Amino acid sequence: MNEELLKRYEAIVGQDVIDQLCQMAARLKDARVLHVNSTRYGGGVAEILRSMVPLMEALGLSVRWEVISGDDSFFQVTKSFHNALQGFPIEFTEKAIKTYEENNRTEFEKLEKFLQEADFVFIHDPQPAFLIKFMPERKNRWIWRCHIDLSRPYRPVWRYLRNVVVDYDASIFSMPDFTQPLPHPQYIIPPSIDPLTEKNMELPPEEIKSVYDRFGLDPAKPIVLQVSRFDRFKDPVGVIRAALLAMKFLPFQLVYAGGGAADDPEGEIVYQEVLTAAKDHPDIHILYLPPDAHRTINALQRAAHVVLQKSLKEGFGLTVTEAMWKFKPVIGGDTGGIRLQVVNHHTGFLVHTPEGAALRIRYLLFYQDKCYEMGQKAHQFVKENFLITRHVRDYLSLMLAFISGNGERIELETL
Amino acid sequence: MAEEILFHVKDCALVSISTGVKAYILTELLDHLKQVEIGCLYYHFWARQLRPSFDHPEFHNDFAAWVHRELHDWVLAERLNLIAPHEFHNLEELREELINVLEERFDESGDLPWRKAEKPFYFVKSQIVVIDTGRRLNHPRQLLEVVPSLSQGSIFYHFIDARRRTPERIDDFRAWLSAFSPEYDDLSARLAAIDPYFLTLTEIRNQLAVVFEDYFGENHE
Repeated sequence: MNEELLKRYEAIVGQDVIDQLCQMAARLKDARVLHVNSTRYGGGVAEILRSMVPLMEALGLSVRWEVISGDDSFFQVTKSFHNALQGFPIEFTEKAIKTYEENNRTEFEKLEKFLQEADFVFIHDPQPAFLIKFMPERKNRWIWRCHIDLSRPYRPVWRYLRNVVVDYDASIFSMPDFTQPLPHPQYIIPPSIDPLTEKNMELPPEEIKSVYDRFGLDPAKPIVLQVSRFDRFKDPVGVIRAALLAMKFLPFQLVYAGGGAADDPEGEIVYQEVLTAAKDHPDIHILYLPPDAHRTINALQRAAHVVLQKSLKEGFGLTVTEAMWKFKPVIGGDTGGIRLQVVNHHTGFLVHTPEGAALRIRYLLFYQDKCYEMGQKAHQFVKENFLITRHVRDYLSLMLAFISGNGERIELETL
Repeated sequence: MAEEILFHVKDCALVSISTGVKAYILTELLDHLKQVEIGCLYYHFWARQLRPSFDHPEFHNDFAAWVHRELHDWVLAERLNLIAPHEFHNLEELREELINVLEERFDESGDLPWRKAEKPFYFVKSQIVVIDTGRRLNHPRQLLEVVPSLSQGSIFYHFIDARRRTPERIDDFRAWLSAFSPEYDDLSARLAAIDPYFLTLTEIRNQLAVVFEDYFGENHE
């Protein structure tokens, strides 16, 4: 076991949490776990695996993380699958299916040994999902971890993918709302953040203060922040409209910190729309940050007084979790996983319009004591529910449930 | 003699499983309630403190919270909220009570059974993994030291889940102390005053710790 890593988590979540993980992991000591996804860097799945794999290893499990590769045509196809599964109609062709399946066949040949050796195979998202079709005689457990909101998929693509994922022994979704009918157990495991990463770790006060100079912010005015890609579903123009409405009543500055993604051609268009909406307003700061600006985002979130996530559609919304971890109440759109995290008057406010967001900005900046109290509650809520330690506990529970039978109550005797 | 009665410290974790069943209106909810796996009732009544969700102090079960939040029927929400699951001998009896409360409200109100929620009620069931930690206590005084270090899973298992398991429908601490009766009856009475339905698991642990500290600090042996 990597005692040092466990000690670092223990300092944050408490000994009781780590003791529980050790108790559970001890019963899985010889289990071999394999995670397969399609990228080692960038994106939420890779971020979670970068934390989850070392923590599982530190607990004594034998864990491997393999990444499938592919050429541009494969990733164009899987990107289109991703969009389709979130509800966007795409051109779904035989050629696309062939590209997808052939790439999985090539990757299977590379990974076959590991896929056979593992006791538990966790396949993340649709990209490597087809690997299962090449192992019809498997004896181990295969679990499909879907990080996507499947509530309203583009049916032709889902019909195809459903015929693939039905072969799995179980699937995992982040929320019940994201599931589709499948003939195997569908576990509900929300994602998590890691308090030890650059994005979420404690920062020295001077580093937090440095964002004022770096980005030309006014230290005399409170910061209202939204961290999001330049994507219409994040409603950046609505955020600016909300800020302009609230600025009529009290002084503050809005910071919209975003970036683009290389595979998102719309990002640049939306960025230009945002600049137009901001009209060079001296109290609206639009920051275009590189994808690895984790520490800068961390400092901005800690410097902020109130955080917005006024999305119109959202997956789980880990930026909300990150802000709450930093003691900030969040004004969030009433959608997806934001609803699971933001509870009116407790950890923030759910809103439906720029007007609603403007009202809540005014409320939280005016009632500073309530803002503080809600920030404390938000932090505690994340600590108890949305840290990587809870995420790993859920995976361990799932594996223990698998090896112990399918009863509602599984009793494990002392070791 | 009494010192030989051991308290087995256990821990537990919960896995949530979607059933794929959902309801937008009360008549749908009622129909599904009659048929869903009984494990769903455990999940929506008992397990809410052990899963990642905000522990809303106003509502003690998911049905009451949904009726309040989505259908805005205060009368039904209040009645559902008052259902105490530990008062029923088993989950089938609890299901029966839930159905009765819904049907009675249907008789009183006009359009309520067909009022559509914006967000549906999702029926979820759970698997609970119970782990024997191997820790054994042979004297109540040891609770003073052990309770503050218990995990949330242990607190849930011994203080909440126990109300479903024990014949007297009480927590495991009181069930154990009763074996030493009448010596610890006063301590049991203090534990009985902690209402788990208004507290998070961390708050329950803190309150238990205070009760044990106060009690044994008063020089009880």
